[in-house]
Parts: sequence; C-alpha cells; structure tokens
Amino acid sequence: MGQKGRAEFKNPVIAWVDERLPLFSMMKNEYGVFPTPKNFNYFWNFGAIAMVMLITMIATGLVLAMNYAANTGLAFESVERIMRDVNYGWLLRYVHANGASMFFVAVYIHIFRGLYYGSYKRPRELLWILGVLIFLLMMATAFMGYVLPWGQMSFWGATVITNLFSAIPLVGEHIVTWLWGGFSVDNPTLNRFFVFHFLLPFVIVGVVFMHIWALHVTGSSNPLGIEMKTEKDSVPFHPYYTMKDGFGILVFLIFYCLFVFFAPNTLGHPDNYIPANPMQTPPHIVPEWYFLPFYAILRAAPDIGIPFTKIILISSKLAGVIGMFGSIAILFILPWLDRSPIRSSIFRPWYSKAMIVFVIAFILLGCAGYNPADANLTLFGRDTHIPWLWIARVAALYYFAHFLVLVPLFAKFEPRPELPPSIHEAVLAKKNNGGKPVAPAPMER
Amino acid sequence: MDDDQLIQKELLPNEQSPTEPTRRDFLYLTAAAFGAVGVGSVAWPFIHSLNPAADTLALSTTEVNIGAVEPGQAITITWRGKPVFIRRRTPKEIDEAAQVKLDELRDPQADKDRVQKPEWLILVGVCTHLGCVPLGQKSSDPRGDYDGWFCPCHGSHYDTSGRVRKGPAPKNLAVPTYKFLSESKVLIG
Ligand code: HEM
Ligand code: FES
Repeated sequence: MGQKGRAEFKNPVIAWVDERLPLFSMMKNEYGVFPTPKNFNYFWNFGAIAMVMLITMIATGLVLAMNYAANTGLAFESVERIMRDVNYGWLLRYVHANGASMFFVAVYIHIFRGLYYGSYKRPRELLWILGVLIFLLMMATAFMGYVLPWGQMSFWGATVITNLFSAIPLVGEHIVTWLWGGFSVDNPTLNRFFVFHFLLPFVIVGVVFMHIWALHVTGSSNPLGIEMKTEKDSVPFHPYYTMKDGFGILVFLIFYCLFVFFAPNTLGHPDNYIPANPMQTPPHIVPEWYFLPFYAILRAAPDIGIPFTKIILISSKLAGVIGMFGSIAILFILPWLDRSPIRSSIFRPWYSKAMIVFVIAFILLGCAGYNPADANLTLFGRDTHIPWLWIARVAALYYFAHFLVLVPLFAKFEPRPELPPSIHEAVLAKKNNGGKPVAPAPMER
Repeated sequence: MDDDQLIQKELLPNEQSPTEPTRRDFLYLTAAAFGAVGVGSVAWPFIHSLNPAADTLALSTTEVNIGAVEPGQAITITWRGKPVFIRRRTPKEIDEAAQVKLDELRDPQADKDRVQKPEWLILVGVCTHLGCVPLGQKSSDPRGDYDGWFCPCHGSHYDTSGRVRKGPAPKNLAVPTYKFLSESKVLIG
C-alpha cells in the first residue's frame, strides 16, 4: 500500500516481526492513522458492509460445501439433508442464500454512491473499474450458486442464461456445448458450476484487495467531492470510522437477520423446492431479484432491421444479449463519458436530477423483469393495457441514453456553481447554518 | 573483442538504421511465435476437457417404440438429455403445414423437408429462443395460434410443422437425425 514509514511498537515480539515483515505498520498506516475525509455520510458505510458480506458468504459456503454433493442425482437431496439433518444446516443455508441478496443490496447502494457523488472520476478511474469487475464476478458467482440446489429454477435459469451464448453468430452453438460439457444442462454442467462457484469468491477477494489498494493510493472521496487539502479536512480512520462502520454494519446485520429468521424464503422462488425436471419448463421463469433489471433489458430488445424491409440485421435474441452485457460494459467507460470536473451531485443541478430518473428507470426495469413477458401493467387491481414490454423498452432506452447522451452533454453545458474552498470550511458553514447545507453560490462558467 | 565493442554489437544493434529489420528483430519474432504456439498447445487440453466427454457422446442414440401412438397424439422421449417430440399428425394438421407459403415464414422451410413420413413429425423439443420446452404435447396444453406448440417462457408460437410463426424464437424447432427401423420403431440420433 502507501509508502509510509514504519511505526514504532512497544511490544518486542510485534516490533521483531514488524522489522522483518511490516504487517503491523501497514495495518496502522492503512486502518489506524489513515487520514479520511471528515464529512462522510452513511452512503460511505456500504463498502465495509460489502466486505462483511463477502466474508460471510465464504465462511458459510465452505461449511455448506462439506455437505453438498455436486451430482444431478444427489444435489437436491443433499441440500434438503443440509436443511433437515445437518446441525444448524438450515441456518447456514439461509444465511448463505439470503446473504447473496444482502451482498447485492450493499453493492447496489455502494455503486449508486459512486454514481451520485462522482467517485469514478479522476484519479479514481481504476478503482471504479476494479469495482465494476467485482460486480461482474459476483453476478457470475451468484448465478452459478443458484444452480447448485438443482431445483426447477436452478435448472431452467441455467438453461436460459447459457443459451444466451447461442446468439453469437457462427460459434454460438459450439460455445454453448462447451459450457455445458454435453448437449443440455446436465451433470457435467452442475459439476463445473460448483467448481467455479467455489473458486470465484476467492478471485473476488483478490480483486477486492486491489480495489482497496487503489483506494489507499488516492484516498477516499467524500460527499462534497472536493479533495482533502489540509489536516483540518480529515480525521484518522480509527476510531472515527471504525466506529461509524461498526454501527452501520450492526444495523445492516439486523436487517439481514430479519430475512434469515422471519422470511428466509421470501427472496427466493418456491419452484426451486421442486427437483429439476429437464422435460418440463415452469410456466414463468424468473431470475433472482438482483438480476431482474438486466433480464428485462435482455427481453426488451426487438429485432433490429432495415425499416420497411423484412431484412433483419440483428435478431432480437442477439440484440438482447448485446444490450444486457452492454449495460454493464458501459460502466467501465463511464469515467471517460463524464468529463465534468465536478464530482458530487450536490454541485450538479442537472446530473443530480438525471440520477433520480435513472434510479426510477432501473427499478422499473426490475419490475418489468419480474412480470411475465406478455403481461400488462396493473394498477390498483386494474389492467392499464400498458404492456410491461413497452415500459421495459422505454426504461432501457433511458438507461443507455443516460450514459451515452445525457452524461456527456451535461459535462459540457451544465451550470457549474462555485465549489467550497475546503471540506473543513463547508462543514463549519453547514454547522453555523443550523445543520442545513449552505446553498452553493450560483456562478456561470 | 573488448567490452566496448561487445556493447556496440549486442546492445546497440540498431546503430545502422532504425527502420531496417535486424537479426535480433527476427529472433524476437520467432521466439514470440513459438511462445504463442506453445501457450496455445498447453491451453488446448484444458479448454477441450470441458467439451462433451466420450461417454456423453456415446449416449447419442435412442430407440423408440411408436406403435401405440394414435393420430393426433404425441409422445416425448429423452435424447441426449433433451426432450424429443414425436407427433403423429392428423391429415388436417399435415394439410395446414403444407399450405403455408414460404415467404410468410421467419425461417423458411417446406414441411416436406422437415419430415420423412408426413404422418410422423419428429422434433427436438427445445425452443430455439433460449431453450425452454414448449407446451403442446398433452391434449390439455395450449398449442399457440398455429396449432403446434407454444413456448411459455417468452411467448414463441410454432405451427404443425414445428416452424416458428410468432414470438422471439429465431429458428424452427430442430429436426434431429433419425431413421425408421420398422413400421413401429424409430432410432433417434
Ligand atoms: C461471492 C460470494 C458468494 C455468493 C454471491 C454466493 C451465492 C450463492 C447462491 C445465490 C446460492 C444458492 C442459494 C440457494 O438458493 O440455496 C449458493 C449456494 C451454494 N454456495 Fe454460494 N455464494 C458465494 C460464495 C460461496 C463459497 C465461497 C462457497 C464454498 C466455498 C459456496 C458454496 C455454496 C454451496 C455448497 C451452495 C449450495 C447449497 C445451497 O444451495 O444452499 N458459496 N451460493
Ligand atoms: S425460450 Fe421459448 S420463447 Fe424464449
């Protein structure tokens, strides 16, 4: 991490170790005295919360794996055995299954924080890119984990998602056969998914390490989006943020426990308690909630062809796949789409509003993904005759327009108010104003 | 050769002209090419091990007795882990399938090219969109707007020849390779 000097330790054993391998110095520099902006709000808790979730998933996953059998003949039964016979198996499984959901809750909020406060901007571009990479790896891990219990949703979810790759021209079918290790989702598929489900979380640990390393090179951003200039702008990480993070983690764990103990199957799908049957598709396949917006983008795409002819350039299937992966790929290049020098939405009158619409569009996409492909929007029990498909199309268009049109345009034309001279002064001004933020002085560029 | 000369010759070989390729460039290129071939040939066993194994490939034929299937009925059997639909079509269904004009179809194919005996329609029961099993095998199932099959996942409709007529599926239901062993026996695969 940073090139800070070695610390002094009174304990001779610690000092002896530290001279040879400066682990303790590193901990002290990076988590003890590490200067951190003094104006974090609660959005800054979710990185630590995500870290706790990652550790929880690995700990529970390891013990589940000791009782799980990755074989199509045994998998479903072995999970039921975990639920009924293994000591505390039910708890470990519910903690793991709901933990995946909570991990995504934390990461979605964490990503929103980054978008809203412009954390992805120079000099934190690589930090942001590593974060998007973690998000992708998490999605792959969760998808393969959901296949393991080998229920109906496991099987059909795996079938539908792996079949996406058949949309790739020419080699698509070969890729799908290669992914399956056969001619359908079957034992070889389950086996390799288990291997990857076991492996990828440790890859995530590696990328998280680099993510935090990069964070400690640039230092944290903050709600004002202006860099720390003097010592007055910061507080040491410990005890200030160890306490605040600890508090946030506890509140989050209470929320998590409500699901684990009182609604353990609410976020899952009842069909996954029916053993996988390759001969019968359930009437309505839905992925886990955290994939719904992307699933909606997948289904929203129409055939793309030359107007007024029957010539189709990109089939809706391929267009859907491109849209789905594109919606995440676009996050990688966001630091270069948004050239506005102002980070925080607090000082961005247009971007902050666009972010609200963006969140609404994303949630609407999630609702569209939850509903059957041909369903209409019903409000207060009444059919509005508005197909979800069209809502999904509009929302998906907005999703892409946000990044490809609005963000670059705002960077050019949005008015830029004067930024506070320093974090310290902004915090004091807010305090003197009775806790209300001081409206930034409007100033045209 | 003293040290200075050696340095001249070995470390600054491009003295003559920076654009002209040297023996050293050639060595770099061949080394890189051999390296790439080496990496590729080591990677291939790893990649190929994920492809279907010999025993998976060996399961690739299934013999079916179709003696008991009446006209209008259908059966579903398993072939390579996938459902295969065998429908004994009624004269009306055969007629419907034959009447369709090819330019109405998304994936144009004549009915006669999709069957060996018009009475027996044999298809892989996997939707060409994203792989669900379409409904329409049981008499109580919805059969879609074209009297064939209906895929519940994203709403694709197939006709009495298993050709896609509506919905997101890009292709017709696939016809597996098969041969009639006798009047009442067919070998799939
Ligand atoms: C990034 C971290 C992880 C995520 C997001 C994740 C996600 C999931 C999900 C969504 C399921 C399906 C739960 C269900 O409905 O039953 C699952 C199951 C499973 N996971 Fe994980 N997992 C993670 C880490 C791990 C690790 C590190 C291991 C092993 C070392 C593991 C082992 C298992 C096993 C054995 C199952 C099957 C048992 C069951 O279904 O409850 N997981 N995982
Ligand atoms: S899988 Fe059949 S319509 Fe999508």
